[in-house]
Amino acid sequence: MAAERGRGSADSFLRMRIEPLGDRAFLVHFADDGVSPASPFCLAGDALRELPWVTDVVSGLASLAVHVDPRRVAPDEAAEVVVERLLTMPDLPAAASHVVEIPVTYDGPDLEAVAAHCGLEPDEVVRRHVAPVYEVRMIGFMPGFPYLARLDEMLHTPRLETPRPRVPAGSVGIGGAQTGIYPFESPGGWRLIGRTDTVLFDAAREPASLLAVGDRVRFVERR
Amino acid sequence: MSAPLTILRPGLLTTVQDLGRAGHQHMGVPAGGAMDDVALRLANLLVGNDPGLAALETTLQGPALRFEGETVIAVTGADQSPTLDGKPLPPWRAVRVRAGGELAFGAPRSGCRAYLAVAGGIDVPRVLGARATYLPARIGGLEGRALRAGDELAIGETPVRSRTRGLHVDVVPRYEGTLRLVPSGQFASLQPNARTRFLHEEFRVERRSDRMGVRMEGPVLGFREPMELLSGGVAHGTVQLPPDGQPIVLAADRQTTGGYPRLGEVCTVDLPSLAQLRPGDTVRFTTIAPEEARRLYLERERRIAALSLALRSTR
Repeated sequence: MAAERGRGSADSFLRMRIEPLGDRAFLVHFADDGVSPASPFCLAGDALRELPWVTDVVSGLASLAVHVDPRRVAPDEAAEVVVERLLTMPDLPAAASHVVEIPVTYDGPDLEAVAAHCGLEPDEVVRRHVAPVYEVRMIGFMPGFPYLARLDEMLHTPRLETPRPRVPAGSVGIGGAQTGIYPFESPGGWRLIGRTDTVLFDAAREPASLLAVGDRVRFVERR
Repeated sequence: MSAPLTILRPGLLTTVQDLGRAGHQHMGVPAGGAMDDVALRLANLLVGNDPGLAALETTLQGPALRFEGETVIAVTGADQSPTLDGKPLPPWRAVRVRAGGELAFGAPRSGCRAYLAVAGGIDVPRVLGARATYLPARIGGLEGRALRAGDELAIGETPVRSRTRGLHVDVVPRYEGTLRLVPSGQFASLQPNARTRFLHEEFRVERRSDRMGVRMEGPVLGFREPMELLSGGVAHGTVQLPPDGQPIVLAADRQTTGGYPRLGEVCTVDLPSLAQLRPGDTVRFTTIAPEEARRLYLERERRIAALSLALRSTR
């Protein structure tokens, strides 16, 4: 099913494609040419969660997964309502204005390997990692795990061929074109360049996850 | 508070589960809860509980435990040869237990996960709205972990109506060896040979399967052209196709986002069958339209509602 409407034919954000995600959910895909910034609709989760039959909304890198209660609504009817709501939102959601600072000790086991892969000195890797203000594009993989966009292209490094069975909690890593932080000890395939004591997820805290989609993050080197 | 129950032997993997915590996937927390939510709900209804109270989920080899106080219990789901004070315990039936009574599970005969409901429900604190245990982040249940020998679990207040009764054999759920899939947008891009094999050949459940995902071993599948996908939300029942061409069906404690191509999602009414698959079991896949899948779900919910009413009014 394709729903094509737009406020301007050049605006790639507004071409949406609906796809079933089983019998209780659907995906709304936004056009992504790999160059344009993330669709602002990926930040529309909060607005959609207000709908009475929505049970959850999960932002993807270029999509929204909308989970519904099928006793209250048919998913295909729900999809039409969601698309209508997205297209008629008075203000497009914007990224957060405040920036969360995450202190990091850059002593990760893969720092040298990343430096070698990128043709840089390790402290140049650190300089380039702390420079940008990142945007949280997605929370997934584990509770509170942020996928951060705007990693310096010079630092892009492919994931490990074989993931480590155990990555320490608080590990800061690079996976392809993204950087992120492991909230818990878990298996992991990203390249570890440092670690933080900042607690990313605490079920007893409100909100439990420190970061949400649309938040902005800066890493600060701790010596 | 009713008298507690004591774990004597933990079994392979026994956890406190309920119907899970909806509404937290955007934080990376899946709904989780019982893999076979129907078996849990029916066990609760049999003992006079609200269907969403916490119960124990066992895996393959079940636990041995003692009830310190007189109570009523029900065991549903897989057949793991349960005995009560040494005598075979009939499944899908509420049974009175004396103070000091001991329940033990023996040889796993069929299915993978059994559910033990106790009148009053297992009383552990709610975390993020539910008592379900989410092991990857150590959330919920008893201290966020699998049960161990010596653990004592508090039981909630006994409900007013607690009778012994059972489910008629016609109403006992049947577990199927065919999983019906709502196809994804990528399904049509399977190589023609792969599509045929996926829909006509058997897959075997791999040993590495768990509450996060059920891994399948079978014909190696592939797409007509390489799939460039951006990570996004997935569901309980999503069938992923990683680069090795062997499908993985995401389960209750799955990651909330994924980057692998999806073949589709197992329909909701077939999730209990997924929950009961053991390593080594064979399974087949077929497709189903989303509207038909939803119709089956609504029908099933009506049946459970009718059953709930009938159980509440029996004398």
